[in-house]
Amino acid sequence: MRWITSDRPFRMHPKNLTIALAGNPNSGKTTTFNNITGTRQKVGNWPGVTVAKKEGRVHKYGYDLKIIDLPGTYSLTPFSIEEIVARNYVLDERPDVVVDIIDASNLERSLYLATQLRELDCKVLFALNMADVARTRGMKIDADKLSQLLDVPVVFTVGNKNEGIEALLKQAVKLAETDTKTPKRRNVKYSKDIESAITRLQQFIEEKTDGTTPYNTRWTSIKLLEDDKIIKERILQSADKIGLEILQTSQALRKHLEQRFDDDPQIVMTDERYGFIAGIVKEIQTTSTKQRVDVSRNIDLVLTNRFIGFPIFLFFIWAMFQLTFTLGTYPMDWIDAGVGWLSATLAGLLPDNLFKALLVDGIIAGVGSVIVFLPNILILFFCIALFEDTGYMSRSAFLMDKIMHLIGLHGKSFIPMLMGFGCNVPAIMAARTLESEKDRILTILITPFMSCSAKLPVYIILTGAFFGTRAGTVIFAIYLLGITLSIITGRLFRSTLLRGVDAPFVMELPPYRFPMLKSLLIHMWDRSKLFLKKMGKVILIGSIIIWALSAFPRNVSYSVDYDSKMNSVITSYTAQLDTAAESAKPRIEKEKEAALFAVEKARQAEHAEKSYIGRIGKISAPLFAPLGIDWRGGVALLTGFVAKEIVVSTLGVLHAVGDKDASDALTNALRASGMTPLSALSMMVFVLLYLPCLASIAAIRRETGSYKWMSFSIAYSTTVAWIMAFIVYQGGILLGYS
Amino acid sequence: MWLSEMKEGQSATVVHVGGNGMLRRRILEMGILKGAEVYIEKYAPLRDPLELIVKGYHVSLRVAEAAKVEVDNVR
Repeated sequence: MRWITSDRPFRMHPKNLTIALAGNPNSGKTTTFNNITGTRQKVGNWPGVTVAKKEGRVHKYGYDLKIIDLPGTYSLTPFSIEEIVARNYVLDERPDVVVDIIDASNLERSLYLATQLRELDCKVLFALNMADVARTRGMKIDADKLSQLLDVPVVFTVGNKNEGIEALLKQAVKLAETDTKTPKRRNVKYSKDIESAITRLQQFIEEKTDGTTPYNTRWTSIKLLEDDKIIKERILQSADKIGLEILQTSQALRKHLEQRFDDDPQIVMTDERYGFIAGIVKEIQTTSTKQRVDVSRNIDLVLTNRFIGFPIFLFFIWAMFQLTFTLGTYPMDWIDAGVGWLSATLAGLLPDNLFKALLVDGIIAGVGSVIVFLPNILILFFCIALFEDTGYMSRSAFLMDKIMHLIGLHGKSFIPMLMGFGCNVPAIMAARTLESEKDRILTILITPFMSCSAKLPVYIILTGAFFGTRAGTVIFAIYLLGITLSIITGRLFRSTLLRGVDAPFVMELPPYRFPMLKSLLIHMWDRSKLFLKKMGKVILIGSIIIWALSAFPRNVSYSVDYDSKMNSVITSYTAQLDTAAESAKPRIEKEKEAALFAVEKARQAEHAEKSYIGRIGKISAPLFAPLGIDWRGGVALLTGFVAKEIVVSTLGVLHAVGDKDASDALTNALRASGMTPLSALSMMVFVLLYLPCLASIAAIRRETGSYKWMSFSIAYSTTVAWIMAFIVYQGGILLGYS
Repeated sequence: MWLSEMKEGQSATVVHVGGNGMLRRRILEMGILKGAEVYIEKYAPLRDPLELIVKGYHVSLRVAEAAKVEVDNVR
């Protein structure tokens, strides 16, 4: 067995051990992982894919134990990313021990993965988890017998009560220390025909390659007979010409088996593995006839009931929104006030210079505008963790799948899309719950069309100015347009870019479980940390760029000499104040301030107009003209790239209205600027659809794992926005509105 | 008879799993294979997907997917 030690002849750090946790979804794997590592976790992604990778370290029994949480899978076939990731890790990284967390109450299905791990010839340890649940279901499991039959150490654990974790680690360390090569005993046996095919292929490989195949030859043979794409590729890479011969031989054997069984050998082998497992289960498990009261089934009778299932679902969603956006407002205000205080304090402390402007107007304002969403995100992720940990998430997918499938999506896409109405950033991150990459990307691409709450201020200002009492209806129509376009986009992409077989909806509906606060908090924090860490960088850079574009050039040549204008205002009012009666002084004082304020605003407006971003706005004016949007609107839209709320404040600056009772003043200014109801509608449509904000884009980049999809999303949404706004504006003119 | 034609509360024995590629593989891996006993727990409110119990756990399948599974001995 040269291959085992070939590329790892000696260990560099004998005191380090790597333990990988494998197991089915819902087997309590993550709970066990949390129990072992506590909060000492590192969360990241597996290289190249968006499957979350969790790693933790503990110091035990004189070893530094690195614990890796492998993705939860039912099998190790290379069909889903999770399975490929888990298998490649075991194959290539060769952890010292693989702990397979087995759901004792679901022995038969859990053993399917277990036998596959067993075949892999790594050092495996079984943790029979949730044995208490199994016991209440009247099942008794003979662990010694299981251990003996599969030649694997077995430990009992109860993950959610933190029982058996010590024993598990101790056993894992012991197993790692034993120097035995993997046992020669064949543990998973197939029928005579399959076994003889395996043996023939194995012998062929051993003769031809002299043991230089990357993996154990029996396992390689099994995988080749199963037509495993990845193993086929690796065989070709490692032993090119001989590899071809090996593949030809396995192809011939496959054909032979196919004729013999009248079915794909891969299927036959799955069948036989289950047959083998059934035999084991019969020997080790005794089920008493005691009929259990199934609480979970009773809960489900209500929660997925034909009549009240949907109303309850809607209530939960409503409650989640309420919590997120109502409760979240309070800490949001605090953070907002804190950021305001910080920038005011710094503004007072620092001398007026470029650095101060960069710090206060660029960095603090930009990052502050994003960090205020943190409470929302924390609450939202807490709710989602609650849905996931209780088992309700899969029920919501069960309820919504029919509807979502019409758009070409999976039932689980509903929650992220809905969350998009609140904030796209957590919504895009919530798409992680989708297993299929295509579903995930599609969901991420259409979520930005769900009008997020940051766009609402823009609608309110514009409808308030131009639609009066019909404002509500118009806003509703805008939201509806977003939903419609997301459906059209979904269908379009499903049949073009992201074509392919729908991911099967073969999904386990796990029993309802009482959530553990610790695990909820860990889940919540994991995701929020990602938001903070990764968004922080992009937002910072983005804010600085937008700030620089609007702050430079510093010295513009103004059309009016604002300084002398200010001076003249001051002189004239000083003269008035000197002569005025004492009682009139406060009034004049106020008038003076207002006059100075107006001059200052006019100066700011002209500076904005002549800054780089103003110039970009003017240059791109022809682009916005067909949409009925003037250069000021254009600039506002550009700055909206940082965060959509900024659109309103930029409009304020460009129309030279102050911060005080800005909305009324802005309304008047907008009306005066020649904007019409039609162009306002066109602008709202554009705001609804055009490029997502910086934080969303960062999230898209992160969650799709590629700049390609990020750029595509930007280009697609902006193109759609332009076309729709064009249709609205030009169509409106044709129809005689203006 | 096909699995998709069964009514709520009926049990049956799986005879054959059709379909191809990933779907077939997935169904088999979840333990829905020849000889397995399945029980239709319920259909979703919109009649699709359906929930069934196999080997003691609950699995959901779209009706179109269940139409690939042949069953016998329906009771």
